[in-house]
Amino acid sequence: MVDIWSGIAQAFWLVFTLDAELLEIAGRSLRVTLSALLVACLIALPLAALVAVKRFRARRLVIAVLNALMGLPPVVVGLIVYVVLSRSGPLGVMGLLFTPTAMIIAQVIIIVPLIASIAHQSIRDLWEEYHDLLISMNVTQGQKIQTLLWDSRRALLTAALAGFGRAIGEVGAIMIVGGNIDHATRVLTTAIALETGKGEFALALALGFVLIGLAVAVNLAIHWLGRTEREGRW
Amino acid sequence: MKHWIMGAISALAIGSAAQAADVMKMAVTTSFNNSGLADVLLPEIAADLDLEVQLLVVGTGQALKLGEAGDVDAILVHSRKAEEAFVAGGFGSHRTEIMYNDFVFIGPKADPAAIAGSDAATAALAAIADAGSNFVSRGDDSGTHKKELSLWAEAGLDPVQFGDWYNAVGAGMGAALNTASGMPAYVMSDRASWLNFGNKGDLALLYAGDPVLFNQYAYLPVNPEMHAHVKNDLALKLEEWLISDRAKALINDYKINGETLFVFNAKTAE
Repeated sequence: MVDIWSGIAQAFWLVFTLDAELLEIAGRSLRVTLSALLVACLIALPLAALVAVKRFRARRLVIAVLNALMGLPPVVVGLIVYVVLSRSGPLGVMGLLFTPTAMIIAQVIIIVPLIASIAHQSIRDLWEEYHDLLISMNVTQGQKIQTLLWDSRRALLTAALAGFGRAIGEVGAIMIVGGNIDHATRVLTTAIALETGKGEFALALALGFVLIGLAVAVNLAIHWLGRTEREGRW
Repeated sequence: MKHWIMGAISALAIGSAAQAADVMKMAVTTSFNNSGLADVLLPEIAADLDLEVQLLVVGTGQALKLGEAGDVDAILVHSRKAEEAFVAGGFGSHRTEIMYNDFVFIGPKADPAAIAGSDAATAALAAIADAGSNFVSRGDDSGTHKKELSLWAEAGLDPVQFGDWYNAVGAGMGAALNTASGMPAYVMSDRASWLNFGNKGDLALLYAGDPVLFNQYAYLPVNPEMHAHVKNDLALKLEEWLISDRAKALINDYKINGETLFVFNAKTAE
């Protein structure tokens, strides 16, 4: 219990003194995860809309696979990305292993199925509503997807935030592909694992509280920017 | 507003990191990093050579693997047999001994297996096995783990046949110490990790000093003939620094709570 209190005290201390190292790793955490989120959304959202709108033979299979991959174990993703990016692997010549880029790749793979599945769920419901209207207006497939994506944007925000939550708190994959290198690939979660390994529970907890605070702050900021959850609005 | 958001996102995405002129990657063992010596040496290396050494902190087993794959430019580990196999396999150009520290036996203060007065490391282990006291093994194929296994073998015992008291945790030194602290259990640690460890709890240093517990660290640059992309020139520059008098002074003067941790023993010309 003592550790928790000293952890909270230390977290406050680190934040209020704007500890340079904390700012660096927290900034890197945000940068890696937001980049991964951006890329993942660009892949997952159109994919979700496409699967909702287009009828094709393997559609059920794609949906089932996406749903199943939501539970993809990060450590396995990390291992696969590691083997592929290693100098002795197929993409080794790019020299990406142990860089933030490798961490972004791993996170994208982890959160694309999650975002696509949640997004597909809400887009499908909206499609049921819009189907007759859009068909009668004889719009193209691309226009359908655009309309659906725009009109379900609040639900898609939830999907994106779920992806963000999974990525920012992830440690198994980025530890393997990033290597937790000081001043290069160390982020909040890997720093927490490191400090725990040193037996420095208070500092590890302090970093944990900073991580939680960061996640809450990002969520609030996105809601504020998207003007959701406000009085008199849905 | 929209432009502002896009600007912020792209600024985050680009992710520029100011770095030193030269950057190389070196895989080191957890025990080396936990000792805190890296925090002393790396800034000096950066100042003297304008070289940023990025450390990958892993077990010896993984460090050798990283070297074999060419994912790092050099490794600093402590498992002589594995190192010699690494050089023999052509993965490393050569092996340079840098310094040594020693392993110690940690255990519950009450010392249920009474190892404190043992006359040899193997006798201490045999006492733990006889008493069936909880023992935490690294179990991660690291240098420390290999050393522990060789000591069991010397004591004429086989960990495979041990009962529930033998816990192979498959984790780094810090995690193993955490586990031992929680049980409490006996554990073999390098002295540096133990002294720097923050969660000692009911544990105490019970046995040390047997010469078989000395732990030699060696530096191995990855062979550029095997992997053309490795920064061999930087690895050699670092090696020159590591065996210099400057490194000698820094390593020998590094102390925790007044205790010397490492003894420099590199031979300048080999």
